Amino acid sequence: MGVEGIGASVVRKEDRRFITGRGRYVDDIKVLGLTHAHFVRSPHAHAKVVSIDATAAKEMPGVVDVLTGQQLVDDKIGNLICGWAVSSKDGTPMKMGAWPAMAPEVVRFAGQAVAVVIAETKNLARDAAEAVVVTYEELPAAASIKAAIAPGAPQLHPEAPGNVVYDWAIGEEKAVNDAFGKAANVVSLELVNNRLVPNAMEPRAAIAEYNDAEEHFTLHTTSQNPHVARLVLSAFYNIAQEHKLRVVAPDVGGGFGSKIFIYPEEMVALWASKKVRRPVKWTGDRSEAFLTDAHGRDHVSHAEMAFDANNKILALRVKTHANFGAYMSLFSSSVPTYLYATLLSGQYNIPAIYAEVMGVYTNTTPVDAYRGAGRPEASYLLERLMETSARQLKVDPAELRRINFVTQFPHQTPVIMAYDTGDFGASLDAALKAIDYAGFPARKAKAKTEGKLRGIGFSCYIEACGIAPSKAVGSLGAGVGLWESAEVRVNPVGTIEVLTGSHSHGQGHETTFAQLVAGRLGISVDQVQIVHGDTDKVQFGMGTYGSRSAAVGMSAIFKAMEKIEAKAKKIAAHQLEASEEDIVIENGEFKVTGTDKSIALPMVALAAYTAHNLPDGMEPGLKEGAFYDPTNFTFPAGAYVCEVEIDPGTGKTEIIDFVAVDDFGRLINPMIVEGQVHGGLTQGIGQALLEGAIYDDNGQLVTASFMDYAMPRADDVPSFKLSHTTTLCPGNPLGVKGCGEAGAIGSSPAVINAITDAIGHNRIEMPATPGRVWEAMQLQQAAE
Amino acid sequence: MSTVKLTVNGKAVSADVEDRTLLVQLLRETLNLTGTHVGCDTSQCGACIVHIDGRAVKSCTTLVGQVQGANVTTIEGISRGDELHPMQAAFRDNHGLQCGYCTPGMIMSSIDIVNRHGGDLDEDTVRHELEGNICRCTGYHNIVKSVLDAASRMKVSMAAE
Repeated sequence: MGVEGIGASVVRKEDRRFITGRGRYVDDIKVLGLTHAHFVRSPHAHAKVVSIDATAAKEMPGVVDVLTGQQLVDDKIGNLICGWAVSSKDGTPMKMGAWPAMAPEVVRFAGQAVAVVIAETKNLARDAAEAVVVTYEELPAAASIKAAIAPGAPQLHPEAPGNVVYDWAIGEEKAVNDAFGKAANVVSLELVNNRLVPNAMEPRAAIAEYNDAEEHFTLHTTSQNPHVARLVLSAFYNIAQEHKLRVVAPDVGGGFGSKIFIYPEEMVALWASKKVRRPVKWTGDRSEAFLTDAHGRDHVSHAEMAFDANNKILALRVKTHANFGAYMSLFSSSVPTYLYATLLSGQYNIPAIYAEVMGVYTNTTPVDAYRGAGRPEASYLLERLMETSARQLKVDPAELRRINFVTQFPHQTPVIMAYDTGDFGASLDAALKAIDYAGFPARKAKAKTEGKLRGIGFSCYIEACGIAPSKAVGSLGAGVGLWESAEVRVNPVGTIEVLTGSHSHGQGHETTFAQLVAGRLGISVDQVQIVHGDTDKVQFGMGTYGSRSAAVGMSAIFKAMEKIEAKAKKIAAHQLEASEEDIVIENGEFKVTGTDKSIALPMVALAAYTAHNLPDGMEPGLKEGAFYDPTNFTFPAGAYVCEVEIDPGTGKTEIIDFVAVDDFGRLINPMIVEGQVHGGLTQGIGQALLEGAIYDDNGQLVTASFMDYAMPRADDVPSFKLSHTTTLCPGNPLGVKGCGEAGAIGSSPAVINAITDAIGHNRIEMPATPGRVWEAMQLQQAAE
Repeated sequence: MSTVKLTVNGKAVSADVEDRTLLVQLLRETLNLTGTHVGCDTSQCGACIVHIDGRAVKSCTTLVGQVQGANVTTIEGISRGDELHPMQAAFRDNHGLQCGYCTPGMIMSSIDIVNRHGGDLDEDTVRHELEGNICRCTGYHNIVKSVLDAASRMKVSMAAE
C-alpha cells in the first residue's frame, strides 16, 4: 500500500494550521454588518413565563432588536424534534412534549432561553439582556428521576402523564424468569451511571446570514453533521427551504456527540438573521455550554445475573430508569434503548436477556448521545456485574469472563445484535500479560507495606459501531438512513479531491481518508485533498458519530475509488493500446503488466478531460460518486485492565497502570487510532473518578463551570499501555471496525472494579471522588 | 474608551477600546489574531494562553489596561516564517493534538514550561505544570510526549545559543 497508505502512521495533514493558530473555527469568522446575539435565560428550573418586558433593553445603545418565544410562535417556527420513534412495551408511541426554541409560556430547565437580544457587539448584547425584565411564576421542580416518578410529582408536559416518555422492553421475559428459577446462583447490583457534560473545548457557535435578494440563508455552525442540520432545519422548522440553505461546519473544536443535535440557539440565529436583515452571530460561553449542551448518561439501574453450578451465565435481567431531561433531544430516545440494551450481552454467551427501560422527564438540561451513547452504560452495568459475580462466586474475574466468552461467530445475541467476528480470549490474554497479572498479588502486598490499598479491575467491552444499516435502523424507528456518501474528483492535472459526508472535528480525516486514496494509487497524501463540512460542496452526508467514519464513510470512498480506477484503466488501456485486464496501478502509474509500457496518472486524467482520444462512447471527465450503506453494525471489542492505589488516609485514587487491548479490525493510521483511544480512556476515567453533573432539589445545576465540574487534567491520568489484536471486520471492504468511542466505553468499569477490589466491597458509585472512596472504606471498617 | 499601546508579535499596536476589553478580545476581535481561543469563562482551561513579556498568561482574564506597553506573543508569532517553533513541530510529530482548539494555549503554556525548567523535564513535572490547560481530545498522553520531545529539541538549541 506504500509508505503513506493504509496502516502507516502518517503525521496529520491538518495539523499545520492548528499548530500555527490558523485553524478556522466558527467564532473566528467575520462577516460584514455582523450583529451579536445574547440569550435571556430562565434562572428557574420550572416556571410559567408571565411577561417579558424588553422596552428598556431595546432603548439601550447598540441594540438592534429583542426577540421572544411568542414571535417564534407567530412566525409559525416549528418546535424541536426527536428523530427516532420508540414505542412502549404496550405499543403506545413515546410521549413527547413540545420544545419551542425559546419558551413562550413555560420554562422547564434552568438555562432555557426565553428571549434573545441582537446588538452591535457581544458586550452590548450582554448588557441589554440584563435589562430584559422577565416575570416568572415559579413551579415546583422534579430535578431527578426519583423525584419525577414519585407520586404527586410536578408534571412537566401534559403529553406525558407521570413524566414517563416510554416504558420500553427488549428480550424474552418468560425465558429469563425460567432461567432464574433454575439458577444455582444469582448476583444482583444497583448502579448509577452518573450524568456527564460533554465539554468539547470549543463552545457551540453559529453565524447566520440571510441574503434577501436570493432569499437564501448561510449558516456556519459547530456541527458534526451539517447535512443533517440542514435537513432538520428545513424540513421541520419552517425557516428555510433545503435548497435555500447552506450549512457550513468549518474547523470544529471537538464534539463527542454534543454537536450532532440541532439546538435552539443555532435555529434562533438563523431565524433572527431574516428578522433583523443582518448577519447574526452567537457564540456560547462555557456556562451556556454547561446549561444547554445535551448532557450524557444519567441512568439508575437494577441488574441481576443468573449462573448455573459451573458459573456459566444463564440469564440477565435489567431494569433501568433513564433521565431525558426536560425535552427530547434529537436522538435521545434511541440512546437508552437501541444503543444501550442491545449491547447487554457484552462479550458473553447469555442465553436469555430481558431489559426494561423507563424514560423519564425531569426539570434538567436535555440528555442525548455523549461519546459511546448507551454503550458505556451497558458495558458499565455488565462489567461491574461480572466483577461482583466473580467475587461472590469466588472465581477469578478474568476466568469467569473467559468461560463465558462468545467464541463462535457469527453469534446472535438475544438482544438484536449479531456479532460478526472477534477473538475476546486473545485480547484478554494480551491484557493479562501486559499488566503482569501473575505479579499482582506481590504488588498488592508491597503496596500494603507502604500503607496503600492496591486493586486491579477488568473490563471486557464490546460496542456496536459503524452506525448503521439503514433498513435495520429504520425498522427500529430511526427517522433517517445511516449510509454515507463520497465523491472522488480526479482533476485534469492528476491531483484528487475527495468529497465526503463524514465530518472531522479532531478525528484526522484529512489524513486518514487521503491515505486510502494515496495507497490505492501509489501517490502521496499531499496530492489528495479531503473536502467536507459544507452542504454547497458535498451533496449529502450523515456526518460523524458512532465511530462510523472509517467503517461507513471510508467504505463509500472505497466504492467511488473502484469506479474511478475502472474508468481510468479503460483510458490507460486505450492510450497504451493494451487490454484493460492487463493494466495495474503502481506508484501513480498505470502499467501494462509484464511490459515496460506505462502512463502516469496525470496523463490519464488529462486524457479524460481533453477527451481527444477516449474509447468510443466514453463520457469525458474522471469523477465518480458512491453511496455506501453498511450491511451490519461493526463490533469493536477489547480487554482493559486498570490497577489503582488508594491512600486510605485521604481516599484519593491514583491510577498506577492502565492497559488497553483493542480489536478494531484493520487500522488505517495506528498513530491516530491510539490518539482516539487515549482520549476515550481519559473521558471514561473522568467519569469514573472526577466528573458528575449535580443538580440540587430545585433543579439548579451546581456544577456549571470548570471550577465546579472536575474535568480530567494532565496529572489525573497516567500514560497508557495500548496494544491491538486483530480480527478483520467482514462487513465492509476495508475490514475496519471503528475506534472513536471504545476508550470511553471500556474504561469506567475497569477503574471502578479496581477500586472495589482495593477497598474490598462494591458499594461505590461514580465519580469515585476521594470523599466517596474514604466513606466507602469506613463502611467496610464498620462492617469488620 | 482608552488608547492601549503594546507590542504584539513584534509589531507596535495602538487601539482605542472600551476599558473593560480583555486582552483576548483585543487579539481576536481588533487584531484578527484568532489563534488564541476562549474555552471557558473562569480562567480554567488555558485555551487563551499567550506570552506577556515572555511569561505564559491567560488572556481571557487580562484587561488591556494591564498590558499597556507590554510585549505580547501569540501562537501566530512563534514560528520564524515557514520554520516551526520546536514545540509546534513536536506537537505535530507526536500527534499532540486532535481538534486543535486547546492546542495554541497548550503550545504557549508548554514553551513557558520548558523555558522555566531549562529543558530538564520529566513526565511528572510536565503533567503537574499542565494543570492549567484542559484538553478533551488527547487524554494528554501525546501532549506530554510532545512537550518532552520539544524540551530535548529546545535544550539543544538553547545550548547552541
